[in-house]
Amino acid sequence: MNDMTPIAKFPTTLKDWETDQEVRWCPGCGDYAILKAVQRTMPEIGADPAKTVFVSGIGCSSRFPYYMESYGFHTIHGRAPAFATGIKLANPELDVWIVTGDGDGMSIGGNHTMHLLRRNLDCQIMLFNNEIYGLTKGQYSPTSRVGTTSPTSPGGSVDRPALPCAFALGSGARFVARGFDVSKELPSVLKAAHAHKGAAFIEIFQNCIVYNKDVFNDFAAPKGAEDRQLWLQNGEPMVFAKGTKGIALDAEKLTLTVVDVTDGDWQAAGVIVHDVTNRSVAHMLVELPFGPFPMALGVIYDDPRPTFEAAVMEQNRVGSVGKKPDLAALLSKGQTWTVDGEHHAG
Amino acid sequence: MATALLDQPAPHDAGRSATDAVVVRFAGDSGDGMQLTGGQFTLSTALAGNDLATFPDFPAEIRAPQGTLFGVSAFQINFGSTEIDTAGDAPDVLVAMNPAALKTNVDALKPGGLIIVDTGEFTKRNLEKAKYAVSPIDDGSLEKWQVLAFDISALTLEAVKPFGLGNKEALRCKNMWTLGLALWMFDRDRKPLTDWLNGKFAKNPVLAQANIAALNAGHAYGETAELSGPLKQHHVAAVDSAPGLYRTVTGAEAISLGLVAGAQLAGLPMFFGGYPITPASAILHNLVRYKEFGITTFQAEDEIAAICSAIGASYAGQLGVTSSSGPGIALKGEAMGLAIMTELPLVIINSQRGGPSTGLPTKTEQSDLYQAIYGRNGDAPLPVIAARSPSDAFECAIEACRIATQYMTPVMLLTDGYIANAAEPWKVPDPASFAPFPVTYLTTRNGEDGELLPFKRDEKGARPWIKPGTPDMMHRIGGIEKAIDTGHIDYSPGVHQTQTDARKAKVDGVASGIPAQEVTLGTTSGKLAIVGWGSTYGPIHQAVRRARRRGLDVSQIHVRHVWPLPANLGDLLRGYDKILVPEMNTGQFKTVLRDQYLVDAHPLTKTSGQPFTIAEIHAAICEALGAPIEGEFGGEVDADTTQLPSIKAVNP
Repeated sequence: MNDMTPIAKFPTTLKDWETDQEVRWCPGCGDYAILKAVQRTMPEIGADPAKTVFVSGIGCSSRFPYYMESYGFHTIHGRAPAFATGIKLANPELDVWIVTGDGDGMSIGGNHTMHLLRRNLDCQIMLFNNEIYGLTKGQYSPTSRVGTTSPTSPGGSVDRPALPCAFALGSGARFVARGFDVSKELPSVLKAAHAHKGAAFIEIFQNCIVYNKDVFNDFAAPKGAEDRQLWLQNGEPMVFAKGTKGIALDAEKLTLTVVDVTDGDWQAAGVIVHDVTNRSVAHMLVELPFGPFPMALGVIYDDPRPTFEAAVMEQNRVGSVGKKPDLAALLSKGQTWTVDGEHHAG
Repeated sequence: MATALLDQPAPHDAGRSATDAVVVRFAGDSGDGMQLTGGQFTLSTALAGNDLATFPDFPAEIRAPQGTLFGVSAFQINFGSTEIDTAGDAPDVLVAMNPAALKTNVDALKPGGLIIVDTGEFTKRNLEKAKYAVSPIDDGSLEKWQVLAFDISALTLEAVKPFGLGNKEALRCKNMWTLGLALWMFDRDRKPLTDWLNGKFAKNPVLAQANIAALNAGHAYGETAELSGPLKQHHVAAVDSAPGLYRTVTGAEAISLGLVAGAQLAGLPMFFGGYPITPASAILHNLVRYKEFGITTFQAEDEIAAICSAIGASYAGQLGVTSSSGPGIALKGEAMGLAIMTELPLVIINSQRGGPSTGLPTKTEQSDLYQAIYGRNGDAPLPVIAARSPSDAFECAIEACRIATQYMTPVMLLTDGYIANAAEPWKVPDPASFAPFPVTYLTTRNGEDGELLPFKRDEKGARPWIKPGTPDMMHRIGGIEKAIDTGHIDYSPGVHQTQTDARKAKVDGVASGIPAQEVTLGTTSGKLAIVGWGSTYGPIHQAVRRARRRGLDVSQIHVRHVWPLPANLGDLLRGYDKILVPEMNTGQFKTVLRDQYLVDAHPLTKTSGQPFTIAEIHAAICEALGAPIEGEFGGEVDADTTQLPSIKAVNP
């Protein structure tokens, strides 16, 4: 989002955001659902296609800009955040979306992801996490779970996976959210990300139907979803399983714990209310092990701070106040001397 | 050249008057402030109207252990009443602040030259650190030079005593004492220095006064000591220069100013993405202070982010610029390919240093030419320009901005550690004397039936520049091969052939938009052409001048546009019987010339981290022409042991 003050909404429809390009993802890929969710979100937030830029790196997800009828820059592997930084500093009016994946954003481009987040560049960064390298044909990725078999790990991968949301918080992100490809809630998560002024990090679990099929089914499958998904709402109690369970703080161990909620009395069960500005709880939520706990989804953390580009623009302004861009004066700055036939110091 | 500082005439007088030119080298511990002393002496020299060239030569360590041989920092200046193009082959005067500085620099000194040493630093411990068994002052090993040995440390302490500084702080004023003596030796005004000290220590007037007292004491010492011993005062007359306003400028300053000028001439705000690296950082340090010129600087997290952010800014409509040195340029390679593929303007500055890998971070070399011209994956041509001197870097930076924006291409500007740090007098140019090259963005659809064609080329082969934010012009670009005109993803065989050819033709076509190659000195045909590029200009120019004065048929051709090469260069080169290419690498430009023109170019190479001396090039000229090296000209300066002898590469 570009400004704290509400801007006039630019009227578009979902169709206006579709390009004439043939979409080249595998049939059934989760990316299709994410593309639709984004195209659905754009009219709702009143985005102007001419002022919207999608920037991506390399990988399946990074083909995304070709399918959005806005400005788009498909760059090089892992570096989309760096391009986005230059774009935003050159024109802060632009609404910048970064599309990356677990390999692009957490492996080869992990450094840039970290620095974009700590600087707090105003943009949305969507990390499509399918826990695999898709475009290079199925090697295990930095988010693959231990034991993932792949062409480069026939005996199962042995490295521990990175947690993108924990990485983002650790890098200083002021907005961290989670969703998944086919979730109906994804547009509302994207809208919240867009409403956040600053770097908004969204991890989107995405099903790679060819190389890592249904790896998120444990929580993403519709059947029994209520028991395995904790949808976080600011100001609302952290309940799930149709209100029969909740998340409470174990004050002794200083950890979160699952409690039973009887007759909807979540207060009696000690269930905590989600406060999107509580950084400590956010750290605990992104680290919750799935299995004993449900998957924490939605807006996990949202507490804006001044943005990088605003600070840079302000320094540029202050540094220019009362100064004329007088090149002749700049060239002759410092100690000079004049030669006029006779030599003398001046 | 002869020394002005000898009682007796120089043994090999080169025919100049004794006070034509003088070379002084200040050497001390890297913490002794030798670069500062040299810089201020340079300023006073410039203000006295002399032509000059400097050569700061310092270790990679910021504060190497005191007194060690590897911790010696030196600053050499050549100044005179004639045209000066190099920092001088060999010093006439060496100021050595400790035994290590003496040991590492004395062999460079001309026979009969003057050594000034601070005996206060010639302690047993310091002698041991410098690997001297006996003090060289006492053992006669310095007898071919004149030695002026006295206790500068004690004299400085005495001079600053009234200001109550601690011993360490008081000794820090030694460099000002030495500078005071040097100012006296060359009859210089002290006022610019006292003004500078008062400004520098405005918040600590006691330090300003102490330093001024040390400066004055050094000056007074010269006056008193003149009566006896080898110390003499000398006046070096001002050089004949074109009338105008002058200042001194280093290469890094000139590039920074040239970029500001280039952006103004293009009518663009500039975005500079950089990452700290020696010796390129100075450009970022300069530009960060020019915000009123519409310059945004960004210190990125790494070299890759630095160039990528600059490309992002260019995409968004600004003039993207990035800068580094060899290792950083290597990291930027993939992003350069993207700028070539998406055809966005970008200026990349490479301040070359000794390589490969970390190599010689603070020393100079020209070994990134292949990297600049060829060093990317795929057929990825981009124009390359090389600056020949600090002041020339200004015009080269403007030229880089012009080509980048007019041809929608990344352009690489090569300088090196020598140009970046060295200073020379500069006639301040009038900005109005440069022709503007305003850019235009495409704001309306350019195809038939209202189609948008982001990759439709103009007569130069350049595509239109379309800024995001422009209504109804939305399109996508990227690193994947793209269809003609529309830019849609298309990697069919015919398309890649056509686009590869088109990208090459565009960059080749730059040759028709640059000046024809001129003969820098000499004739358009003859027995021998010395072809150079970059910072070898100075020693080549002096050597060719010396040889021509002697009647030898040799000409200098110095190339600014090293890629694409000027259209007439091949024909020009074929007019000479022999071609010799001196360069500070193992023969890279020589190979480019052979490849492009099938001419029998011969290499003269040097990779010691030190610039060529005039004598080295002069000797090569003599050898190529079968002329004797010894004699009236050229024989007076031998390559010394601190400047490793040139290795004449065997032609591959």
